[in-house]
Amino acid sequence: MQFMLLFSRQGKLRLQKWYVPLSDKERKKISRDLVQTILARKPKMCSFLEWRDLKIVYKRYASLYFCCAVEDQDNELITLEIIHRYVELLDKYFGSVCELDIIFNFEKAYFILDEFLLGGEAQETSKKNVLKAIEQADLLQEVRTVLYQQIDTDTSTTN
Amino acid sequence: MPAPIRLRELIRTIRTARTQAEEREMIQKECAAIRSSFREEDNTYRCRNVAKLLYMHMLGYPAHFGQLECLKLIASQKFTDKRIGYLGAMLLLDERQDVHLLMTNCIKNDLNHSTQYVQGLALCTLGCMGSSEMCRDLAGEVEKLLKTSNSYLRKKAALCAVHVIRKVPELMEMFLPATKNLLSEKNHGVLHTSVVLLTEMCERSPDMLAHFRKLVPQLVRILKNLIMSGYSPEHDVSGISDPFLQVRILRLLRILGKSDDDSSEAMNDILAQVATNTETSKNVGNAILYETVLTIMDIKSESGLRVLAINILGRFLLNNDKNIRYVALTSLLKTVQTDHNAVQRHRSTIVDCLKDLDVSIKRRAMELSFALVNGNNIRGMMKELLYFLDSCDPEFKADCASGVFLAAEKYAPSKRWHIDTIMRVLTTAGSYVRDDSVPNLIQLITNSVEMHAYTVQRLYKALLDDISQQPLVQVASWCIGEYGDLLVSGQCEEEEPIQVTEDEVLDVLEGLLVSNLSAPVTRGYSLTAIMKLSTRFSSVNRIKKVVSIYGSSIDVELQQRAVEYNALFKKYDHMRPALLERMPIMEKSATNGPTEIVQTNGETEPSVVEPKHPPLVTQPANQANDLLDLLGGNDVPVIQTTMPTKPASAGGELLDLLGDLSLSGGPAPAPAPSVPTSQPSFLLDGLSSQPLFNDIAAAAIPPMTAYNKNGLKIDFTFERANPNPNIAVITIHASNSTEADMTDFVFQAAVPKTFQLQLLSPSSNVVPALNQGTVTQVIRVLNPQKQQLRMRIKLTYTLKGSPVQDLAEVNNFPPQSWQ
Repeated sequence: MQFMLLFSRQGKLRLQKWYVPLSDKERKKISRDLVQTILARKPKMCSFLEWRDLKIVYKRYASLYFCCAVEDQDNELITLEIIHRYVELLDKYFGSVCELDIIFNFEKAYFILDEFLLGGEAQETSKKNVLKAIEQADLLQEVRTVLYQQIDTDTSTTN
Repeated sequence: MPAPIRLRELIRTIRTARTQAEEREMIQKECAAIRSSFREEDNTYRCRNVAKLLYMHMLGYPAHFGQLECLKLIASQKFTDKRIGYLGAMLLLDERQDVHLLMTNCIKNDLNHSTQYVQGLALCTLGCMGSSEMCRDLAGEVEKLLKTSNSYLRKKAALCAVHVIRKVPELMEMFLPATKNLLSEKNHGVLHTSVVLLTEMCERSPDMLAHFRKLVPQLVRILKNLIMSGYSPEHDVSGISDPFLQVRILRLLRILGKSDDDSSEAMNDILAQVATNTETSKNVGNAILYETVLTIMDIKSESGLRVLAINILGRFLLNNDKNIRYVALTSLLKTVQTDHNAVQRHRSTIVDCLKDLDVSIKRRAMELSFALVNGNNIRGMMKELLYFLDSCDPEFKADCASGVFLAAEKYAPSKRWHIDTIMRVLTTAGSYVRDDSVPNLIQLITNSVEMHAYTVQRLYKALLDDISQQPLVQVASWCIGEYGDLLVSGQCEEEEPIQVTEDEVLDVLEGLLVSNLSAPVTRGYSLTAIMKLSTRFSSVNRIKKVVSIYGSSIDVELQQRAVEYNALFKKYDHMRPALLERMPIMEKSATNGPTEIVQTNGETEPSVVEPKHPPLVTQPANQANDLLDLLGGNDVPVIQTTMPTKPASAGGELLDLLGDLSLSGGPAPAPAPSVPTSQPSFLLDGLSSQPLFNDIAAAAIPPMTAYNKNGLKIDFTFERANPNPNIAVITIHASNSTEADMTDFVFQAAVPKTFQLQLLSPSSNVVPALNQGTVTQVIRVLNPQKQQLRMRIKLTYTLKGSPVQDLAEVNNFPPQSWQ
C-alpha cells in the first residue's frame, strides 16, 4: 500500500497515512486531486479505479470515505477486507465509532492503524491481538514513570 | 503563563468557526501560543502542543516549526511523549530533509528499550518512513529483532526488514539467516509478515527465489491447515480462517511456482482444493479465489486447472457485485493471449459488460472484446462494438474507433462490409477518429478497386448530411477528388446510383473550402480534390477560377497550393493529366527500407526469408498501442501502412512516392509481394522545373546474367527503391533451356556482412522447359556502406526426377547497382 486517506463527504481530510516518501506539497496535491475524483463518483460505481499509475480502492462507511492506493500486484478485493478490518478495529475500540470519534481522537486512530499495518502491509491478522496491544499501550500512558513525578494527563483517555 | 489549552478543547473551538477566515484566525493565535511555549522549552506541555499542531497540520496549515519538537519528544522517557513524537515524525518529517537523520540515534536506543511497546514504536516509524541512511545504520538492530522469540516484535521486525530491503536492496543478504525458521511460527502475525518478507526477497533476487523454492511444501501445508481447520474465532472472517494469510501464501506460491515444473506440480492439489472449496457468498471468499486464479494462470499448471480458473472468472463475470466483475475482466484481459479459446466461451458475457454503467468496467470490456474478435465472430462482435461506439462516452470513442478499424482490417468478411464499417465509424464517431486513420483509410479504399464507385457515393452522401467531422470530410474529399468521375457517371453496382452533376460536386467541395467548420488541413484536401477533378470533369473553367481565387488566400498552405495549381494550368498544362491521374494502388509495407532483414555473413548458409508481412512500424505512443498489443500478439501481424507523404505537404498526395503498380488487389492483407517497376515521379516543387518523371535511376543499370549452367540461366535486372537510395532491388529471371521442366525450384542467396538482404516470394517454383517461361523473384539488398555488391547463390531443383543442387558466386554486378 502506498497511502491511505480518510475524508468526509465535504472533502475534509480526517486521517492521512503515507508509506512512500513525498513532500508536503506533493501530498497535498495528491490528496486534493484524489478526493475530488472519488467524491465525483456515483454511488453505484465500482470500488476500484485507476488513477495516475496507481490502483485506488475505496469504500464509504457512513459519512467517511476510506481510500487506499495500492500497487499493481496487490489484490484489490483483499484490500477491501483490510479497510473493513480497520473499521472493525475502530468500532471495537470506540464502541460504535462515528466520524466525530475520529475527529476528536485522531491520534488514537493513527495508533490503532499503526498496530494493524506497518509499512503498508498488515502486521497482525487477529483483531483480538491488535486491540490487546492498544489497550496495553494506553495503560502505559497512565503509568507514572520512575524519572518524572508529574502525571501526564494531556492525552489521557478519560478526556 | 497559563497552561496551554487541551487538544480536545482546541478541536472543539476550531470546529465552531463559521468561516474559513475565522478558523484561520484561531489557528494563527494558537500557533503563536504554541511557538512561545516551544521557545520556553517547556517539557510538561510539549506533548500537548505537538498534538495540537498535528491536528492543525491535518487541516492544511503549516507545521514545520514543530519538527524539532517531535525529535525532543521522541528522546523523552515518557511513553506518551514518545507516542506523539513518533507520530509527529511520521507526519511532519520527510526523508529529504536532513533533520530526519537526528532521529536515528533515538530510534536505535528505542529499538533496544526494555518495553516492547517502545520498541514497537521505533520499528513502526523506521518501517514507515526510514530513509536509506537510517536503514543502513539500523539494519543490524532490525536483524537482531527478527530473531527474537517475542512474536509481537518479530512480526514488526519482519515488515521493517521489508522496508529496509526496499530502500537498500544490497542489505537483503543480511536478513537471510534470520529467515530460517520463520515459517515454523504458530503466530499468525509472524507468519503473515514472514510471508511478506519472503515474497519481497524472492521478487528482488533470482538467487533468493531459487533458495526459497524448498519452502513450497511447507507453505502448502500451512495453507492446507488453514482451510481444513475448524472454526478459529481469533482469525475468522465470515467463516474463512485468516483470509489475509491465505492470500499472501497464494501470492508467494505464485512467485515460487512460476517457470518451475516441480514447484508447480507440488501446489496443484492445494490450488484445486482452494478453488473448489472456498465459500463465494462474501467478498472475502472471492478475494481468495481471485488470488488463486492469478496463481493458477501464472505457474505451470495443468490444463484442467487452467480451465477451472477461467471458469471461476466466468462465474465472477455473472456476479452481482461489480467489484468482482471488474476484477474478472482485468484477469481475463491478462489471460486472453495464452488461453484464448477458454476465454472465448465467455464472450457473450463480456460483450454484455459493454453496457455496464461503470466506466472502468466498460473500458475493460471493450479491450477484452477487441482481443476476442476473430474471423468467425467478426460480424456479430462488430455489431455490438459499433453500437457501443454510438453510445459510449467521448473518452472511449478514439480507442474504440481505432480498435474497430484494426479488427475490420484483419477480419473483414467482404470488402463491402469493410467499407460499410468504416463509413459507420466515420459518421458516428468521425471527430474522435485518430489523425493517422485518415491516411490508412485512404490507402484501404484505394486498394478496394471494385468498391470505388460505391465508396465515393456513400462518402458523398455522408458529406451532404454533415461536414463537421473532419476525418470524415478529409477522406470524403480525397475520394471525390480521385473518383469524382465515377460519381457523376452514376455507375454504382452495389447500391442504387445517385444522380449528381459535376456542378453539384464542385458546390460541395467549394462549400468545404469556405465553411467555418473546416480545419485548415481539410481545406487543403478539398482544394486538391477540386484540382484533381480538372482532369476528370469537363467544367475546367470553374475549377480554374476557384484555384486562382485561392492564390491570394491568407492561409499560406492554401495559397501555396493554389499558386502551384495555377502554374499547372498556365505553364505546365501538358503535364497536368499525367500528374493528376488516378493513384496507383499503394504498396502495403513500410516506406523506409526493408523491414524484414536476414543478416548473413557471406557463408554458404542460405538466407531464405519467408515472405512474411513486415512487422509493425513503430506507432506514435498512444493508447492504440495497447489495443494493437492485444490484437497483434500471436496472430498475423497487423499490416501497418504509412502514407508516403502527409497530405499537408505541397502537392504530396498527387504523387505516390512508392509508385507501386502492382495489381495484388484483394482483401486487405495481400500476401503476394509486389514487384516495383518504373520509377515514381518526383514532386513538382513550387515553380522549379525538375523533370517530372525521373527515369534516370531506373534505366541506367543494365541487366546481367548471374548464372548460366546446365540449361538454367538466371538474369538479374535492377531498380533503385525509392525513397531509400541504399536499397537495390534486383529481380531474378530464371529460365530453363532443357527439354524438361525444373520443379521444386528454390533460389537462395547470401551476401557479405555489410549488406542486408530480403528475399520476396518467387512467382512459382517450376521453371518451364525450353524457355517457355521464367520464374521471377525479387531481392532487396540494403547497402548502406556502398560497398561492392557480391552474392553467393544456391540453386536447388528437380530435373527429370533427380535433385540438382548448385552453388555459385555472383561478382559481376554492374557498378551502378551499388554506387
